[in-house]
This record gives sequence, C-alpha cells and structure tokens, in this order.
Amino acid sequence: MIPELGHFALIVALLLSIAQAVFGLGGAARANGAWLAAARSAVVGQFVFVALAFAALSWAFVERDFSVLYVATNSHSELPLFYRIAAVWGAHEGSLLLWALCLAGWTLAVTAASSSLEGPFRGRVIGILALISIGFQLFMLATSNPFERLVPAAVEGRDLNPLLQDFALAVHPPILYLGYVGFAVAFAFAYATLLEGRLDAAWARWTRPWTLAAWLFLTVGIALGSWWAYYELGWGGWWFWDPVENASFMPWLAGTALIHSLAVTEKRGLFKSWTLLLAVTAFSLSLLGTFLVRSGILISVHAFATDPARGAFILAFLSAVIGGALLLYAWRAPRLKSSAAFEMTSRESFLLANNALLVAALCLVLLGTLYPLFMDALELGKVTVGPPWFNLMFLVPMLPLAALLGVGMHAAWKRGLLGTMKARLWIAAVAALAGAILIGAAAYADLRPMTTLGFALALWVMLSSLLIPVARIRARQTLPAATLGMVVAHFGFGLATFGITGVQSFKIEKDFALGIGDTASLGGYDFRLTALRDVQGPNFAGVEADIVVSRDAERVTVLRPQKRAYNSGGNPMTEAGIEVGPARDLFAALGDDLGQGRWSVRLQYKPLIRYIWLGAIFIALGGAIAAFDRRYRFRAQAQATEGTAVAAP
Amino acid sequence: MKLPLRFLAPALAFAVLVGFFIAGLKRDPGEIPSPLIDKPVPAFSLESLGDPAWRVGSADLAGRPWLLNVWATWCAGCRQEHDALMSIAREGRVPIMGLNWRDDRTLALRWLAQLGNPYVSVAFDPEGRVAIDWGVYGAPETFLIDATGRVVKKHIGPINLDVWQREFLPLLPAGEGGP
Amino acid sequence: MTPRRKRLLAVIAIVAGVGAATALAMFAFRDNLLYFYNPSQVLAGDAPSGRTFRIGGMVTQGSVQRTPGTLEVRFVVTDFRHSVPVRYEGLLPDLFREGQGVIAHGRLNGGGDFVADEVLAKHDENYMPPEVAESLHPPTPAQAAE
Repeated sequence: MIPELGHFALIVALLLSIAQAVFGLGGAARANGAWLAAARSAVVGQFVFVALAFAALSWAFVERDFSVLYVATNSHSELPLFYRIAAVWGAHEGSLLLWALCLAGWTLAVTAASSSLEGPFRGRVIGILALISIGFQLFMLATSNPFERLVPAAVEGRDLNPLLQDFALAVHPPILYLGYVGFAVAFAFAYATLLEGRLDAAWARWTRPWTLAAWLFLTVGIALGSWWAYYELGWGGWWFWDPVENASFMPWLAGTALIHSLAVTEKRGLFKSWTLLLAVTAFSLSLLGTFLVRSGILISVHAFATDPARGAFILAFLSAVIGGALLLYAWRAPRLKSSAAFEMTSRESFLLANNALLVAALCLVLLGTLYPLFMDALELGKVTVGPPWFNLMFLVPMLPLAALLGVGMHAAWKRGLLGTMKARLWIAAVAALAGAILIGAAAYADLRPMTTLGFALALWVMLSSLLIPVARIRARQTLPAATLGMVVAHFGFGLATFGITGVQSFKIEKDFALGIGDTASLGGYDFRLTALRDVQGPNFAGVEADIVVSRDAERVTVLRPQKRAYNSGGNPMTEAGIEVGPARDLFAALGDDLGQGRWSVRLQYKPLIRYIWLGAIFIALGGAIAAFDRRYRFRAQAQATEGTAVAAP
Repeated sequence: MKLPLRFLAPALAFAVLVGFFIAGLKRDPGEIPSPLIDKPVPAFSLESLGDPAWRVGSADLAGRPWLLNVWATWCAGCRQEHDALMSIAREGRVPIMGLNWRDDRTLALRWLAQLGNPYVSVAFDPEGRVAIDWGVYGAPETFLIDATGRVVKKHIGPINLDVWQREFLPLLPAGEGGP
Repeated sequence: MTPRRKRLLAVIAIVAGVGAATALAMFAFRDNLLYFYNPSQVLAGDAPSGRTFRIGGMVTQGSVQRTPGTLEVRFVVTDFRHSVPVRYEGLLPDLFREGQGVIAHGRLNGGGDFVADEVLAKHDENYMPPEVAESLHPPTPAQAAE
C-alpha cells in the first residue's frame, strides 16, 4: 500500500510541477500576481509530494518490502539499517528520485529566499525550475518507476552492491546531486534573464551565493568519490578519468569558471553574455553527465546497452532544455552590452585568462570523454582514451592557471597596479622555487623538471594566497568573508597541487606473492606477512592478513587488508589496509589464494596523497565562507538602489 | 533578425553533439554476431519444465518459424521482457519455446503461474548444457529459427515490441502463420 | 587601446589558446588511444602486433590456470567464434570469473599469446550470466556512485 502511495505522490508532484510551470511562466508573461502566488504554492506542494514519494521508498527499504522490484534488487534482509537507507539511492530509479528531491529542495529554497526579487522575474525562475522537474518526474514515471511491484514477491533481496556498503559512498550521491542540481538555480536565473533580455549587477550578486553553494557541494561530492575509489576499489588510484568521474568533473570546471566570471560581472558589469553562457553550460553539463551515465552510451561501449528507451528519453529532454537555452542565448545575448575598459594587468584580465584556461580544460575533458563515441559513430574503431592522455593534456591549461593565479589574486580591478605587492610576490616566487628544490632534493633526492615545477607552483599558490591576509592584517584592514573564502579556496588549490605532484611523481605500486613469513620491499619499507585469519562481519565473512611494516628494522605499523565474501552471494570484495601519514600512505590489498600457502598482495607507497583531499576540503570551505558574505545577505536594499540604476537600457 | 555567429556557435556545437549522441544510441552495442546465424540449429532434447517425464526438443517445432527464448527467474532482464513475450505469443505469428536456464524448477513454475506463460513448451536446462551449444552466455537471449531449421536472428538482452517489429517481423515470410 | 580592440585581442588569444590545445590534444591522441579488439579480430590479424591494445570477451569456462604459489595466471578469452590465450602476472580484479566478461590491456607476444598488464572485469545489469545475477553493478567507481 505504501509503495502505491509513493507512486501516487510522484504523480501528484508531476501535476504540481506542471502547475508551477504554467502559473510561474504564465503569471510572469501576463504580470498576474495571483498566478505568481499560485506558482509559489505549487513549489511548496511539489516539494512535499516528492518528499512523500521519497519517504515511501525509504519506508519500503527500511521495512524490507521485497515485493517492490527496486527494493528486492538493491537490498537484503541482513543489510544494516544505515545501508538500507543509503540503498534508496543505490541504483538508477532511486537516484533519480533523489535527483528530483534535490531539485524540489533547491526550488523551495530559492522561492523562500527570493521575496526581494521582482515578481515576474521570480515567476520565470520558478517556472523554468518547474520545467526541469517535469522532465525528471516524467522520466521516472515513464521509464524508471521505483515503486514497481515484483510479482511474485522475492523471498530475499539481491543485496546492495557490496561496493556501495561504505560510509563515504552512502553519503556521496546526495552531496554530489545537491551540487549537480544546484546549478539548476544559476541556469534558471540565466534563462529568466535571457527571457527578459536585461542583466544588471544585482543579477550577478544574486546568482553568486547559489552558485557557490552548488559548487561547494559538488567539490565535496567529487572529493568523497575520489577518496572512496582510493580505499574501496582496491586499486589505490585516486582518479581514473573514468567517463562517470569526468561527468561530475566537467560541471565542476564550468562552475569554477562561472564563480570567477560572476565576480567580474558583479563588480564591473563585464563579461555579461559570457557569464550567462557559463551558467547555462554548468547545468547543461550536469544534465549531460546524467545522460552519459544513464543511457549507457559511453559505459557500455564495450558492453551491452542498458535501456535504449531511457537513453532516448533523456536525450530528448536534454536537447529541449539545453538546445532551448542555447538558442535563446543566441537570440538575446547580443543585446547585452558590456562596455568598460580595463588594463592588461588588471584583475579583469586575469579572470578572463582564468576563464579561458578553465574552459580549455573543460573542452579537453569533454573531448577525451566523448572521443570514443565519435570514433565509434564514424566507424573508426572502438577506442578508449587512456588516463595518460588526460594526465598529460590536463597539465597544459593547469600549469599557466596556477602560475597566473598567484599574481591575479593581488591585481586591482580596472587599473591593475600591483603596487607594493610586486616586491612581495617576487619574494614569494623565489621562495616557492627554492622550497620546491629543497623538497625534491632533501625528501626524494629527485629533481625532475616537472616534479620541481609542480611543487614550485603549489608553494607559489599557497604563499601568494597567504600574502593577502598578512598584508591586510599589517595594514589593519578588515578581511571580508568573500576575500577570506577566496584565500582559503586558493590555498586549498595549492595544497591539492602539492599532493598531486607528490603522488604522481613518487608513487610506487607492485604486486607480490607472499606466504606467511615472506617479506616484500617497497619505497624503503619492508612488508612482512605474519598472519592470515578468518573474520566474521555483520553480513559477510572473510580473510584478514597481518602485514607488519618496518623501516630500517623499526616497526612502523601493521596493515590489515581483508578479502570479504558477502552472505548474499556475489563477488568477493577487497578491503584495503591503509596506514595514513602526513608524508605518505602505505597501502596493502589482498588478492587471491595462490596455493602453496601464498596470497597475492598489492602493495603501494603513496607519498603526499592526503593533501589532495585536504586541499579539496579547503576549497569547499573557502566556497562556504564566501557564500556567507554579508553583502549577499543584505542584497535586498542594495538591489533596490543599484538594480534600477544599472538596468536602464 | 541578425544572429551574430559567435552567439550561435554554442547552439551549433551542441547540435553536432546531439547528432553524435543519436548515432551512438542507435548503434546497439549488444549486437554481437552469433556464429550460429544461418547455421542449422544445435539439436537438443530436454526434460519439460512442467513435467519431467515429457521431452521437449529442437525437432518439436521443425518445419515452421519459431522463437527460442532463454530465460531464468534470477534474471532481471527476463522479468522486463516478459510482457513483450506475452504480446508476441498472443499475436500468434510464431510459437515461442522457452529454454529455462540454470534455474530452480519450483521457482520457474511459480513465475509462469503468476506472470503468465507465453511459451508453447519450456525445456529445462539446469546445468546449462544446451545453452553452451547455443552460445548463450547470458540471459535473456532470443533466437529466431526459420522453417528450414536455420537460426536467422539472435537478440541479446531483453526483447521489446519495438525490437520485435523492427528486427524480427521483417525476417518472417509475409502472411506466415497469420491469424 | 580601445575596449573594442582589447576585447578582440582577448577573443583572438582565447581562440589561439584553445586551437593550440586542441592541436596538441589530437597529437597526443596518437600515442594514448587504446584500441579495442575481440578475439576474432585479433586472429584475423586486425590488431597491431607492436603496440598495446585492449582485448575483450568472455573468460572461457575451465580455462583459468594458475602456477601455484606465484602471481602467474593464464586464461582464454573468447567471443564464441575464436579464442585468444591471455597471460597475466598480478592481482585479478574482484569481479574476475570464468564465464564473465573481461577486458585485458596488453600486447601480443610472438607466440600468439596476449600478455596483459592490466585486467578489468565487467558485467551488465539486464543481461548476465547466473553467477552475477546477485551483484548488479559494473565496477567503475562512479557507476556505483549513482
């Protein structure tokens, strides 16, 4: 009964979304206040009913209702409660429902916080968000109903994929989706602006905190995914350039560019049409990512198609939303004039370079991701673009980006005199280079040009970021939240660069066949297998190894990797044993019983890898600090004065 | 209305992309040519699913076109294609023989009792011997055999009415087995 | 400089930058593309002999042989028309099984064996051998992330 209520709630939500679209867009077109109010009520209703549908599905999981096909396929009676809830978004249908819930949530938040906006504009934003909701809810009801019954009901569920039975991965999708879907707000703002054909500083000020919020969720989501892949997949890699990873990384790159370009549009009224295009692009790439993953168009180049009907539906939806926005852009954007002069070394120039480089990086990732599709469609063979290509190509825009970042942060708007900062920046640059050489020589006895360059750029970005608060404090100036956020995020970028350079330059990984008492050496450490024992978990049984790690005959730690078999059957799972340290991770994964008392073991030495995720935390934290800048909260008054002044055609 | 090209460029680039996506969706990556195509069917004779005393074999339907559908209760795709099989059976142009593969007899019979039985007969292959002869390496798979006993078509993955109409029906002689 | 000229310069710089990056990208493709072949194509001589590529198919039942106590493993990959023997030394992925889909990356040696340096296992949601009916998802991190 409850699943049927959930299904019904989803249908009601769809009807409310349609009402929200009609009253929002119609009310704006006819300047009808009653319609606009009705659209706002529909927003609340839509959220309530999507939440009800979500609650119904969660109930089915918590209560182990295996008469629901989706539950029977993705849960198991022994699955702990936490993972039964996480299993709600463990596969296709439920994750779509989560998508819809996130969208309804963002729409509600925007509606609640937008009372200071002009009625028609607000109505358009609500209406456009409703169009996206309609698409997703239709998609679910037509092709991917999570409430479909299983007749006969299964006696036992087929269990949640053991790979997903993990904390980081349980919380990863909701956070990632909040990021993906959050870009819908910026998209709706851009679309509404294009419909109205005018853009003012208030628009950029309005869009900034929403974009920052979505972007920071996306940052955390991507970092969680990377961290999970590192310790759970058993390969010890932290980024694979897998199409699905790229699908989340591309909107992030576009969002990063958008945040920077919004700053220019807000402060200087420049790059207007460019900013709008980025806002459309960021969300388009979120949708594109969903399409690529859901249609199986890329994943299954070497496998079997999933469901072509699903792929066709998303493609039609995608074309309507993105195609419509881009055509509207082509029609209306030429009317938006940005005319203001700026010097070559002004902050505007640096942000322009930032945007160009980020978009170049984005295009490269897009090209690499879709290249197999192009080749296949043109009958040029079945290919995969390997990580080496991405690793190499990504450096091309990223190295100048890091180098320019250190200077650009200090450039002033419009005129761009570095002034007293010039001398300090020179000192920072020299210090960064010296530091990089020192680290390379002292810690790794290795001064390869690329490694040294990587360390130098990382230190340069970090030092240069720190110059801002230092200078402000010396001059007894305040540090606005937006500036502090920028400093923290850029410092995080430096940290991540530091970690990436370290791990890519000095990582060592090797497979060994070890029996009890055998020792393998790697990266200056000795790994000795001392024991193998059986272990029993709540819903799995497995084998655990004790690997004693020592350096110069001094014991460092004991790694305890496991090989698990889940009671629900299916494939074995590798749980890596990892020793975390500020200078390096030591990583051991247990393979198979090779016979003669030996097991295959993969050992890895991963220097500085922690700084990648630490950097990501800083980046997200910076975004959070900036999103809470007071200027955004007191926008109501500001807009009343500025908006009218700038908006005049 | 004059549209400056540089503002139209994103829309054009997107249109090209969509073109590739459509091409990509149309290319069915599941299309693996079967070595059996245009070869005589691998003969078999197995216990019937419903009655172990009864034999079901490849010769039963010889002399007319028929379908062999490989299925099992553990297979999610089989559940998905079941309604389509029911319609094909109702249409009555070709009889469908089931090959129940590596399954449990009780579960399989319950499945047919509850979901309906589209098959004229079901061969029971718990060890998967016949499936190997037919080159089956997953379920569901559907084979079309013509009146001369040759395999003319193999479909991998769940079948639906669209695939049935586009890829199977044209291979049937016009009017054959019509109502 | 007038704002207009500066904008033009900026646009030219962007176009040039993107163009150069694209040219470099296409150039880098040549060395980093991984071609994919099935065993029939390999035996027909379509696959390059000097460089690495990917081979995909099913692991033949009963073909997996280990040298006890070592990392050496041999198995046969088939597309049900032709088969290619594969040699590998290292850890096999969790999803690797006989009768399962597999993709191996490596090169052909002179004796007709495929020497792999990486082995990936994968399977599909709606179409699968009975062994994997219970565990439903391909092993990519992000697929799981959905």
